[in-house]
Amino acid sequence: MMLMKRRDFLKVGAAAGTMASLYGCAGGGKASGHVVVVGGGYGGATAAKYIRMWSEGGVQVTLIERNPTFISCPISNLVIGGSKTMEDITVSYEGLKNKWGVRVVQDEVVAVDAAKRTISLAKGGSMSYDRLVLSPGIDFMFGEIPALDNADAQAKILHAWKAGPQTVALRKQLEEMKDGGVYALSIPKAPYRCPPGPYERACLVADYFKKNKPKSKVVILDANEDVMSKKGLFTKAWSDLYKGILEYRPNSEVKDVDVANTTAILEFDKFKADVLNVIPPHRAGNIAAKSGLKLINNRWVDVDWLSMEVVGTPGVHVLGDAIFPAPTMPKSGHMANQHAKLASAAILNMLSGEAPSPTPVVMNTCYSYVDTKQAIHVTSVHQYDTATKTMQPVKGAGGVSAARNEMEGKIAMGWAKNIWADMLA
Amino acid sequence: MKRISLLAALALLGAQGAALAADPNLARNLAATCANCHGTNGNAVKGAGIDALAGVPKDKTLQKLADFKSGDKPASIMHQIAKGYTDEQLDLIAGYFAAQK
Ligand code: HEC
Repeated sequence: MMLMKRRDFLKVGAAAGTMASLYGCAGGGKASGHVVVVGGGYGGATAAKYIRMWSEGGVQVTLIERNPTFISCPISNLVIGGSKTMEDITVSYEGLKNKWGVRVVQDEVVAVDAAKRTISLAKGGSMSYDRLVLSPGIDFMFGEIPALDNADAQAKILHAWKAGPQTVALRKQLEEMKDGGVYALSIPKAPYRCPPGPYERACLVADYFKKNKPKSKVVILDANEDVMSKKGLFTKAWSDLYKGILEYRPNSEVKDVDVANTTAILEFDKFKADVLNVIPPHRAGNIAAKSGLKLINNRWVDVDWLSMEVVGTPGVHVLGDAIFPAPTMPKSGHMANQHAKLASAAILNMLSGEAPSPTPVVMNTCYSYVDTKQAIHVTSVHQYDTATKTMQPVKGAGGVSAARNEMEGKIAMGWAKNIWADMLA
Repeated sequence: MKRISLLAALALLGAQGAALAADPNLARNLAATCANCHGTNGNAVKGAGIDALAGVPKDKTLQKLADFKSGDKPASIMHQIAKGYTDEQLDLIAGYFAAQK
């Protein structure tokens, strides 16, 4: 038995006292209870902080995260390209603990009992909650690429689509590749995490080759029929900056791999690479399916857009890449942060016996680098629509950069520093 | 008397206005959608190159947002973001940031 210890609540409460005076806000402070947040990425970390901040410390928050530090997926393509280090994309959870009084537990949730409102932990024990926030990200459907469905193959043919050891390992493969080699990147059918991310990665690897291994090539094997995000800006970067280095192949779904020969197997064709980087199709993090949550297409969690509460599972809110998205809404870190704020506001209302706000708004921005200095963006604003009961993109708003530019290369780093602080500091 | 005039005001605002008036945290929630770039409660990370909005007088922020919307103020991205919010929403957001330290 390891139900939340009263001692820990009291410790957390003391931090809350000083906090309320520093970050007090009108209208808050009524809600109380215990919220457990599972997953300390862009969604979960933001929810943990905002629930503490907006409740003025009135609601206890436990964050359960398996990794000791936060490592950002956005910006990680610059590590793969060699212009940033892992240190640059790593942030500690100390701010959540010390400044916001979040109880951070390094562990993994293995089961959710939504009826009893308890979770079970891998290291043993269980914990009860008043509201549960799952921000589990994605897990890969390795079975879709049969030869990749084992640990040895996965150590050789990398995805690097979760930042961490795979990011470092892919960088190492690229460094070890001979000049004149071929790097192939396979993109799954949409929806997948971070729509512009693969095209950014291709640019940054091409940039590295151009400067360091000029005889080498980048080939994108895209399962989709066309570039999925910022098409005009990416294709212009490819022809202006990487002509003869980068090749784009649409309708090229990777069905399997030949691990020993680093070869991608397509429907009618094969493609041999020196470094083969396969992003397998993915779905909501495994805990979602294991908890019996309702999935759409057996992949993504169905949520109520006024609260991010799972349809059919009261008390459980899901954020980020794991959800079935609203129209044109991308799976991105920025969007997960916005889901978290929507859910935090709704949870505090619900814990005070009030209905969630009827008019939520979320917005997205994704910056992508096309070389180590120049970036491009895509942005959109989504307002709740009572007729369709979902978030709808605002017509006439949003858009993309006029052209790639160095100023947005600087702003993109400013975005990263601000959003990391918004989640964790 | 007071109660009656408030009701009348709500009726004038219409359904959307009534929803706005009914939600005491709306300004806070809307302003939080800007925090990813401009910092929690408008307190941007110093030296990161994006302006703080905390403590900026409301009319100053509103004027800038109106100029972004109209295209009078050149921008990399704010013209596209500002157009996603109604003038009433921007009013609430600017007021919220003005009240932050
Ligand atoms: C994706 C990042 C991003 C988001 C989100 C964002 N901004 Fe901005 N903001 C910028 C940038 C970058 C500038 C500089 C102008 C430009 O290049 O667009 C700016 C400038 C501004 C300015 C002018 C500041 C000055 O002192 O001149 C205001 C006011 C502003 N933003 C308000 C907002 C509001 C209100 C929101 C939320 C509705 C918001 N911003 C959301 C990035 C962002």
